[in-house]
Amino acid sequence: MNAVLGLEDGTIIKGTGFGAEGIVSGELVFTTQYTGYEEALTDPSYKGQILMFTYPLIGNYGVSGNCFESDGVKAEGLVVREACPGPSHHLSKRTIFQMMEDAGKPGIAGVDTRMLTIKTREHGTMRAALINGSDDGEEAVRLAREQPGISDIDLISRVTCPKPFRLESPYRDPKNPVNVVLMDFGRKLSIERSLLARGIDVTVVPATASTELIGSFEPGLLFLSNGPGDPLQATRGIEAVKNFAGELPIVGICLGHQIISLALGAETYKLKFGHRGANQPVKDFESGIVHITSQNHGFAVDADSFEEAEVKVTQINANDKTVEGIAHKNLDIFSVQYHPDAHPGPLDSEKTFFDRVRRLAGGRK
Amino acid sequence: MPKRTDIKKILLIGSGPIMIGQAAEFDFSGSQACRSLKEEGLKVVLVNSNPATIMTDPEMADAVYIEPLDVKAVEMIIEKERPDGIIAGIGGQTGLNITSELAEHGILEKYNVELLGTPLEAIRNTEDRELFKRTMERIGEKVPRSKAISSLKEAEELIDELGLPLIIRPAYTLGGAGGGIAHSREELLEITERGLRRSRIGQVLIEESVLGWKEFEYEVMRDANDTCIVICNMENLDPMGVHTGESIVVTPSQTLNDEEHQMLRTAAIKIIRAFGIEGGCNIQFAFRDGDYRVVEVNPRVSRSSALASKATGYPIARVTAKIAIGMALDEILNDVTRRTPASFEPTIDYIVTKIPRWPFDKFVNADKTLTTAMKSTGEVMAIGRTIEESLLKAVRSLDINMDLGSDEWSPSEVKMLLKTPTSERLFVIYHALCNGFSVEEVSELTGIDIFFMRKIWNIIDMEDKVRKAGFSGSVPDNMLRDAKRMGLTDARIAELTGKTREQINDQRRAAGITSTYKMVDTCAAEFAAETPYYYSCYEQMCEADPSDRKKILILGSGPIRIGQGIEFDYCTVHAVAAIREAGIEAHIINNNPETVSTDYDTSDKLFFEPLTLEDVMNVIEKENPDGVLVQFGGQTSVNLALPLEKELRRRSDLKTVILGTSPSDIDVAEDREKFNVMMSKLGINQPDAGYATSQEQAIEIATRIGFPVLVRPSYVLGGRAMEIVYDRADLERYMREAVKVSPEHPILIDDFLEGAVEIDVDAACDGRDVLIGAIMEHIEEAGVHSGDSACVIPPQSLSEEVLDTVRDYTRKIALALNVKGLVNIQMAKKGDTVYVLEANPRSSRTIPFVSKAVGLPLAKIAARVIMGESLAGMGYASTNEPKVKHVSVKEVLLPFDKLPGADPILGPEMKSTGEVMGVDSDFGRAFFKAQLSADNLLPLTGKVFLSVRDEDREKLVDVARKLVDSGIRLLGTKGTADYLAEHGIEMDIVKKVHDGSPNVIDMMRRYEVALVINTPEDKKAREDSSKIRRAAVDFKVPYITTIQAALAASNAIVSMKKGEVTVKSINEYHREMINS
Repeated sequence: MNAVLGLEDGTIIKGTGFGAEGIVSGELVFTTQYTGYEEALTDPSYKGQILMFTYPLIGNYGVSGNCFESDGVKAEGLVVREACPGPSHHLSKRTIFQMMEDAGKPGIAGVDTRMLTIKTREHGTMRAALINGSDDGEEAVRLAREQPGISDIDLISRVTCPKPFRLESPYRDPKNPVNVVLMDFGRKLSIERSLLARGIDVTVVPATASTELIGSFEPGLLFLSNGPGDPLQATRGIEAVKNFAGELPIVGICLGHQIISLALGAETYKLKFGHRGANQPVKDFESGIVHITSQNHGFAVDADSFEEAEVKVTQINANDKTVEGIAHKNLDIFSVQYHPDAHPGPLDSEKTFFDRVRRLAGGRK
Repeated sequence: MPKRTDIKKILLIGSGPIMIGQAAEFDFSGSQACRSLKEEGLKVVLVNSNPATIMTDPEMADAVYIEPLDVKAVEMIIEKERPDGIIAGIGGQTGLNITSELAEHGILEKYNVELLGTPLEAIRNTEDRELFKRTMERIGEKVPRSKAISSLKEAEELIDELGLPLIIRPAYTLGGAGGGIAHSREELLEITERGLRRSRIGQVLIEESVLGWKEFEYEVMRDANDTCIVICNMENLDPMGVHTGESIVVTPSQTLNDEEHQMLRTAAIKIIRAFGIEGGCNIQFAFRDGDYRVVEVNPRVSRSSALASKATGYPIARVTAKIAIGMALDEILNDVTRRTPASFEPTIDYIVTKIPRWPFDKFVNADKTLTTAMKSTGEVMAIGRTIEESLLKAVRSLDINMDLGSDEWSPSEVKMLLKTPTSERLFVIYHALCNGFSVEEVSELTGIDIFFMRKIWNIIDMEDKVRKAGFSGSVPDNMLRDAKRMGLTDARIAELTGKTREQINDQRRAAGITSTYKMVDTCAAEFAAETPYYYSCYEQMCEADPSDRKKILILGSGPIRIGQGIEFDYCTVHAVAAIREAGIEAHIINNNPETVSTDYDTSDKLFFEPLTLEDVMNVIEKENPDGVLVQFGGQTSVNLALPLEKELRRRSDLKTVILGTSPSDIDVAEDREKFNVMMSKLGINQPDAGYATSQEQAIEIATRIGFPVLVRPSYVLGGRAMEIVYDRADLERYMREAVKVSPEHPILIDDFLEGAVEIDVDAACDGRDVLIGAIMEHIEEAGVHSGDSACVIPPQSLSEEVLDTVRDYTRKIALALNVKGLVNIQMAKKGDTVYVLEANPRSSRTIPFVSKAVGLPLAKIAARVIMGESLAGMGYASTNEPKVKHVSVKEVLLPFDKLPGADPILGPEMKSTGEVMGVDSDFGRAFFKAQLSADNLLPLTGKVFLSVRDEDREKLVDVARKLVDSGIRLLGTKGTADYLAEHGIEMDIVKKVHDGSPNVIDMMRRYEVALVINTPEDKKAREDSSKIRRAAVDFKVPYITTIQAALAASNAIVSMKKGEVTVKSINEYHREMINS
């Protein structure tokens, strides 16, 4: 089947379509990881984005369904050099073609993805449209240009949970239960898996949750999840951080980190083309160690915008020196831009991060 | 942690000669480390016995010692140089072993030399299999059940406990040497005995078999801050049971999901931390359905790390050297992007395939089965955007077959060959899939994941489509594009469609289907990169971006193989340097991941490509260089001269010309008939010869010349399929078994100059003057391939008249062949007559040896000549070769210990894999050093076993007398003893091997023999002596198989008795030459 990808700068790329027929639009973003396409495609942070893999062979080990990061494919579309029709893995239940088709999402293969990556690197992230079932490039470009920019779309509401619910940890200590409220801006399931694995009960609340609602669960800690789009859209999150600062330990990952920073008075900005992949180096100032991290973000926090007396930057990206972690100097508030929850990507910082969350949530430092 | 300021001078240990299990990768990592340390302002002292390396070039370090990698010699160097630190992990297993011994002997402590980088304890904990196991258990990592043992009895006891088959892994050995898989009690005892001998500490590990599990490797780095990064991971196509050096390997891994990949990655980091390794490290895992075992950890740069460096662009050795001097990963710049730090994990957007290159074309009798011990001599790497493309490019790079379709096997053979991994595995798989085997069956039989079988099937399917389209007229453009994207060559498409290669080439170029070049940039284009390292593919965007500067393309030499080793990479690198120094842009095409030539900063542009007409033309088409150099890459690139010239003529749109000696002049030298005509015009003697196109003609010619004669096919590399035949029956056998003679494949018959002294000359010529680099006298006489013979500079036994004739012939031939650049001429002296055997107007394997012995950078000079300079202008007008006071001996390294079953004798077929150099003030000491470096320690005490063929008896008297005078006891069978007794020499008598025990083999087993001198009989009586030679190899007893080498050895022993060897850097030797 014919498929075509159009970019806002007028680029037209023709290829072979797969997955569902139809038209989607969104930002075209690239990720540099080899493995973890199942996790990435189902990561709600990719909502509103067409995901392109720089690694040319995607789908080699099929789709098991065991490692989804949400209930299904969240990226709007998939761009690859080659998708694998004959995967080989003992856990595989279907091909990547079937996964996309079942999700009702289109994909395009046979594309010079490296060329598109270089375009994105040089031009900055571009709006794009992908049409599966047509080769009308002009139409794709028109649709790419017609859509609003990512900051003008409310993506969080499309991926947050509709109402609060509670997950009880199988490892909980009944005599000394620990409860965390996870504010869901499009959470990856790995975050709650890492919390539950440490005996923490998790109450997931929608992104629109009020201070009262959050308070009613009497959490030991407030956790702000990752999610798609511009952190300025997360007004209730910013409000919650402001209200609970000093009362509860507050922790955030990715979008959650940006929300916390905004609440602490910092500013955020859009990166030229973001960080997406499993190889991002993060330097921790305290230990001096560089950890390799999994990342997926288009926005970042401006290091110079913090109130120096209150907040310190604890970690930076060794590549471009952008902020990767902050901590409040007096309060139990800290957050990271990368994904210690991994999946996909390295687990290098999973233990340190979540063990600390466990200690804080349990009332210990 | 910033760079340490207390370290000012560093000793780097190289890896010694090229051998199976250790190819050019340590030249690449060693020279990278040298540059990296010098960049930081440190003084570097280097020791390596291998002259054919870039790392032993005098300008690579502040002092370069080409000396034996032996504790005593290294101690003398330490005493003289007084380095502050030593780096062990750059020189491979040899470097680790020497450093361990230096530490154990207290030498490092005595001279206050600090071991930098990976600590000794880590080396011990990874190499000592028992300690390794304990460390893994401590951190909760699973290893196969095993036990380290040091006796055969213990080995036997393990059969019940662990069950057969069992894996035997000797401690502290290289490339799995001495190890193997035992399926029976007998095999277990045999391999264990061999392994115990090979291990530096007399220990082997007997391990439960995880045969059939998949094998993955992780290349990890760690700095003193504890930052750990994974450079890349690799998937071995062959399951466990085949050494990773013997397996086809792809990067990144293809069949692991993220969960599994992260599980292994996390384990790898845990392991490197547990050992406290600082620098690079390679970790091997066996893996099956989500479960894994840690198989091996190499605490050093390795063949895999060279591959990982080339596969990702990340310079592991460079960074390892900086870590050793205290720098942290985030303080080191990523040399590729030049804007991000080295503390990141490379990511790639292509597929890399490595295929080993085996020497079985040279060892027809050796066992071709692939096992846990390495047998390959080198490897190729290819990069593509699909697996199919990457795989087919790798196959072409092997320089054996253009495509996968090759031999024919019967169905039962196919099944057997699928089950047993051999060097022909890939071709058998292709054959099987073409002939009705399903992908499932082939996957099941081979144990290779079905994922890869489907990829090979895709190639077959594409070939089918193309073939069908060919039947119905022509291949449509879109199908042609698909075929090119899958890696099919124009030639293959032409063959499938009944067209010519030119037709297909024209069709695709008219349709705009041309190759594009993408960059290897460590980061999948996330950042702009500075390094000009490219591979081809058929995509939309090309990143090659040709400059409008003057430029020259140099063709490399491909994989290391017997007959075409690292020497040609050395020459390539020197040519590139000369071109760059002249301000001209230098481009390289090569496909060997182990080499310096494929380092990203060697050239202005590196194209990691197969060396075939099409692949080279594609680069020329894109870059339009002014010229191509074919004479530096050995026979591989020389073979391309004529086809390239023809194609360039056909393509009138390209300005590129072939530089240096013209292809038609090269052809005169290569074509025996044309060469003979030239020689007789020049009045130069050649051995009587003939050219036969049929069996009858061959017999007629041989009878006319008189037996013995030397026979070979017309175009040869390294003496392939060359033999000395002694009579008519022998010649008939040769034509029946070795080479089928026909008008298309004629054979050459030469008079075999029995007893002649062979002479080698390397020279450069600019068309007017001839610069002779050196005249080399061979130790072994004619009949032993020149590549296998030891040789000496200056000649020791040749008269000034003979040398003048040699000089005269060299000049005449170089000028008559219109040589522009290098020429190597082989001659032989019999009686007073000098004969010319052959002339090769190209770089030779002795160029680096000559350059180091006499201090002339011949390859560079040749490159400058080719660019238009004159020898006179450079100050090298015709004079005789430089005079040297010191003596340099080149000795070769033979692979017999790695190839069970092969008879360790020398002949006209080249068998050696590498070389060493011994330099000292006299021949004896230089020869002694060369033997020591070649792992053939000549004894100064103890017993020497003598057994020679009748022709050698007379000369043996001299050898025996010298040995006895040096205080050595002699051993021999009754015949030899009687003969020597007639000359007043006494020896102990032992039984002949077939007369039962105790015989010399029993004594070797008991370490009672210090040296075996055994020259082979003619074919019929060979069996007994073959057993003795093989035993010498298996029991690691030094041995000598020619009477000339025995003479040289006895002289060396006499010299050594008079006084110790000296150590001197080649920088000093060269300075002395200039001063005198």
